[in-house]
Amino acid sequence: MTMTGERAIIEVERLSKIYGVLPALQGVNFNVSRGEFVALLGANGSGKSTLLRLLSGLSKPSAGTVRIGGWELPREAMAIRAQIGLVAHRPLLYENLTARENLAFFGRMYGMQKTECEARGKTLLRQVGLARRVDTLVRTFSRGMKQRLSIARTLLHEPDVLLLDEPYSGLDRSVAESLDDLLAAAQQEGRTIILSTHQLERLPPTAGRALILSRGQVAYDGAIEASELAVIYQSAGV
Amino acid sequence: MKTSYVETVLAIIGKDLRIELRSRELISVMAVFALLSILVFSFALELDRAAREEVVGGVLWVTLIFASLLGLNRSLAQEYDQGNLDALLLTPTPRSAIFIGKFAGNALFTGLVGLLLLPLMTALYGMNLLDGRLIATALVGVFGFCAVGTLLATMTAQTRAREALLPIAMLPLALPFLLTAVRATKGILTGAAEWQVWFQLLAGITVIYFVLCLLLYGYVVEE
Repeated sequence: MTMTGERAIIEVERLSKIYGVLPALQGVNFNVSRGEFVALLGANGSGKSTLLRLLSGLSKPSAGTVRIGGWELPREAMAIRAQIGLVAHRPLLYENLTARENLAFFGRMYGMQKTECEARGKTLLRQVGLARRVDTLVRTFSRGMKQRLSIARTLLHEPDVLLLDEPYSGLDRSVAESLDDLLAAAQQEGRTIILSTHQLERLPPTAGRALILSRGQVAYDGAIEASELAVIYQSAGV
Repeated sequence: MKTSYVETVLAIIGKDLRIELRSRELISVMAVFALLSILVFSFALELDRAAREEVVGGVLWVTLIFASLLGLNRSLAQEYDQGNLDALLLTPTPRSAIFIGKFAGNALFTGLVGLLLLPLMTALYGMNLLDGRLIATALVGVFGFCAVGTLLATMTAQTRAREALLPIAMLPLALPFLLTAVRATKGILTGAAEWQVWFQLLAGITVIYFVLCLLLYGYVVEE
């Protein structure tokens, strides 16, 4: 065990990931404090998804270290899996199960009891606007509905760290705004959020910090100043 | 109170059963393939009784193994294509529980196809295959190659040529099951006492393969 007290909840040091001979991330360093909301920006192929996969423990680094809550990944991944929630490109849902059945199944996988899972699932489905579709098979859902259910699945086990990979893609304006509301609520509950997007105009309003990746390296790490960000974004070669 | 290991395994099996009851993608494909296969063998091999006793074990096991390959491919492809394997790996579920859950579902579907084949082959080949010893041999054999198949299908599901790769990877490893199961089946059908030796060998190989697959699964699913 390598608990490190109440410092940053996410610590990334000299993190690199190489696929074959292709470097996806090179020497990335940053820390994220508990309750912070970080917008991870960068063009397609800049390394955002790779970074989120590494932070979620789905991928192993080629070099460097990742610590979440003091636990080192991937060596101690099992200890922190219950504290991480990931919304990926794909919804990660079973198409031939209903919304309720999907949440019930994943709740069991996170060690939740049936009653606890049902109550939490009901609340979340109402929050994401799917209260009337709880018993509908997911394969009949639109892209936006699947994305909302995916967010409910991610929040089900009340993770400390939320990782969202391009969550706005395929969502219409109203659904995107309801996602903003959900994320704001999650932040108020003290969750740490890292959200990746390649759309500068679609920055979540409550994100306080931007991390810009360019060709697998950190090109900018600082406060979000909307007027300056576009200039920084372009000067970083994004 | 947390979900126990057994509850986790049962939840994975229950999920696979529910999905299969709704989609009928695995059992229907496996059963139709198995039926067509034994029909083709029955027409192609016009045999007298003595010759049938020699080959019927081979027909049964080759059919079962190829039918299981179809099911295994679909079962793991479903998990991989929709990203659900990632979703499972994100949870704190022990990897061995994921393996046992997926394996049990696959073994159940293949076992059902095997149990369907026995009366059909009894009718088609005019030999009594509804023998308790034969059913036990079929179940132990299915148990073994579904363990290997679940491990290998998890590996090949992540590749583009998975339909071709799974048989190529699986058939050499399935050879010990095929040899011992065919010999045991033949021994049962001809009344030879040596079937017990082959059955014990099959059971031994099954236990070894199952334990190895269980231990290796974590390494296979983690990048």
